[in-house]
Amino acid sequence: MGKIKISGAEAVIRCLLAEGVDLVYGYPGGAIMPVYDELYKFQDQLHHVLVRHEQGATHAAQGYARATGKVGIAIATSGPGATNLVTGIADAQIDSTPMVCITGQVGKHLLGSDAFQETDIIGISTPVTKWNYQITEASEIPEIIAKAFYIARSGRPGPVLIDITKNAQFDELEFSYEKCTSIRSYVPVPKLKLDQVAAAAELINTAKKPFIVFGQGIILGQAEAEFKALVEKSGIPAAWTILGLSALPTDHPLNVGMLGMHGNYGPNLLTNECDVLIAFGMRFDDRVTGDLKTYAKQAKVIHFEIDPSEIDKNVKTEVAVLGDVKEALTALLPLIDQKSHESWHNEFKEKQKIEFESVIKEELNPTNDKGISMGETIEMINKHSKGDAIMVSDVGQHQMFACRYAKFNSTKSNITSGGLGTMGFALPAAIGAKMGRPDREVVAIIGDGGFQMTIQELGTIFQTKVPVKIVILNNEFLGMVRQWQQLFFDNRYASTKMINPNFVAIAEGYHIKAKKVTKREDLDAAVAEMMASKDSYFLEVMVEKENNVFPMIPTGASVSDIRLS
Amino acid sequence: MEDKIFTISVYSENNVGLLNRISGIFLKRHINILSLNVSESEIENVSRFIIVVSTTEKWVQNIVGQIEKQIEVIKAFYHTDEETIFLENALFKIASNLLFDEKQIQNIIKDSQSTIVTVSRDFFVISKSGRRSEIEELYEKFKPFGIMQFVRSGRISVSKEKMEISTLLESFK
Repeated sequence: MGKIKISGAEAVIRCLLAEGVDLVYGYPGGAIMPVYDELYKFQDQLHHVLVRHEQGATHAAQGYARATGKVGIAIATSGPGATNLVTGIADAQIDSTPMVCITGQVGKHLLGSDAFQETDIIGISTPVTKWNYQITEASEIPEIIAKAFYIARSGRPGPVLIDITKNAQFDELEFSYEKCTSIRSYVPVPKLKLDQVAAAAELINTAKKPFIVFGQGIILGQAEAEFKALVEKSGIPAAWTILGLSALPTDHPLNVGMLGMHGNYGPNLLTNECDVLIAFGMRFDDRVTGDLKTYAKQAKVIHFEIDPSEIDKNVKTEVAVLGDVKEALTALLPLIDQKSHESWHNEFKEKQKIEFESVIKEELNPTNDKGISMGETIEMINKHSKGDAIMVSDVGQHQMFACRYAKFNSTKSNITSGGLGTMGFALPAAIGAKMGRPDREVVAIIGDGGFQMTIQELGTIFQTKVPVKIVILNNEFLGMVRQWQQLFFDNRYASTKMINPNFVAIAEGYHIKAKKVTKREDLDAAVAEMMASKDSYFLEVMVEKENNVFPMIPTGASVSDIRLS
Repeated sequence: MEDKIFTISVYSENNVGLLNRISGIFLKRHINILSLNVSESEIENVSRFIIVVSTTEKWVQNIVGQIEKQIEVIKAFYHTDEETIFLENALFKIASNLLFDEKQIQNIIKDSQSTIVTVSRDFFVISKSGRRSEIEELYEKFKPFGIMQFVRSGRISVSKEKMEISTLLESFK
């Protein structure tokens, strides 16, 4: 590309276009106005979605990124605009979501003067970004934005924040754009060592009770097919973290379910009975492992991972295979013996039977008269989506029910806030997911608490007409905290009871089709109507007030101490 | 695992904000930095951080992993005291009249192998390089006479083993 003389603000837009961006989320304000002026001029090439709060821009960008695998973009002004991004940035950091945030900043000559809407967003965002940078000269824009995209999407992805002073947006530069392909101090993907792969294969082939645990790394590494081939050839039971969910179809015979605090009975218990534990693209979060002192101590651990700092961070490994997971799986597959591990697999089936009898049966087909259960609502969505929808869940009990009971046929279908546990995530994330994948049905599952944290994004749905389906599981409680209060704080329900407004009226105020279901016999037809709707649809389901999520591993307990009630 | 003194060496690009990013890694883990020194390194445009902490080996491994993960960090290492050559530097500002009134002072200076940096009508300044204990010893000796100002630098150190940053930088090209 030849050099042309343009403003910094125009350069920002041309950089985004050069990176293949056609959709950004944001909210205008004083210090970012030159960029918005260019967004106006380029609106036929770059679609800007006006959210109702900057946090919504980050979650929408995350939803877009998680559904498509591409980098999500959020734009905000300085000061409060920038600080409102922080929750979403922290969420993207802990869940390894590629995102580039662009913030306006006061002019260079005003930096450090406590100018109007000046805030040190570089200082504030440093601990929660993969990288951040303040641009104070227009000429820096192309190189820095190129670096931002490269860093956000390469290796273990993450959020990058670029703060641009207002003078740099106004000033002119000689523009040319070159994509960044390397940074001398940054090794995004460690080189795969074949001897490590061979050592892993040897352990896997000689294992009597091998067990695979997989996380989002499979999805981020686009290694779903290779992973499925490995699972099938090796015959090893495989369980997922909630971010790994949908990397392997939920009805796959070797998919034994969910790990962790509210995961399935078998995978948790048998973690402490396997002889070789093979982890793919997961980080042994405390919600997965419970007490580390009693986690898989009998097992030899193999860890396939792209981020060297995750090796031995929480769980000591016997063999660490660093590198790109797709490449590693491709090298591993031919070395693996074809096996079935039938009797070992039967142990999972037996545990599954126990869990079904004591938990799942009643959850999916309640015999009590306390109302509709969250589990049966998810099951009803499964019935109508046939496992083909993208499900975006918020944080709390409904999230655990959604992850436990949702059926998925294809990858990138489960979008939820895992590491940070951000209430308010789902509504804006569903907007981003649907805009990224207009060909797929997107259903947001949200509690009555989380919904009210970003409820204003109904305005974004109204304005853009994005046809997302919103299901509120309303128990008139902050349910997960209430469950803990019941179990561990002697039923003292401190500030968890919610007196809620008329949600249907609110949705209708935004001209979104809305319905409320209170009786079990109306659920099927309501979900059917929602799924058939060509437009956005709001469905409020009044669910059992004091239902608890089980199984459960209490905080700090061992995976072996998983409780069924 | 018990706490030990570790010296963390970081080779990095010389960029605004990196110090904040690195110190944040300690802050997040509630670990106090005992001393910090940032300077140029043997390679042009490459900075070197020397950070001293008292913590467990498991934590120092974790911290070095997190530091190395930062985009602008080229490489980070950690060493125990046995694995490095290290020292600190201290300046003592002392009233000039003591130099003549208290003859002992001259002997203290001579015995401690410290050097006089400057002498003026009102004060003189002594510089002492060495281990922390040697500096503290000298401090104790001057203390009875009155010290006008005292300052000690962070630890600087070089490792006994090779670090081969230049080769590493070559391989990035």
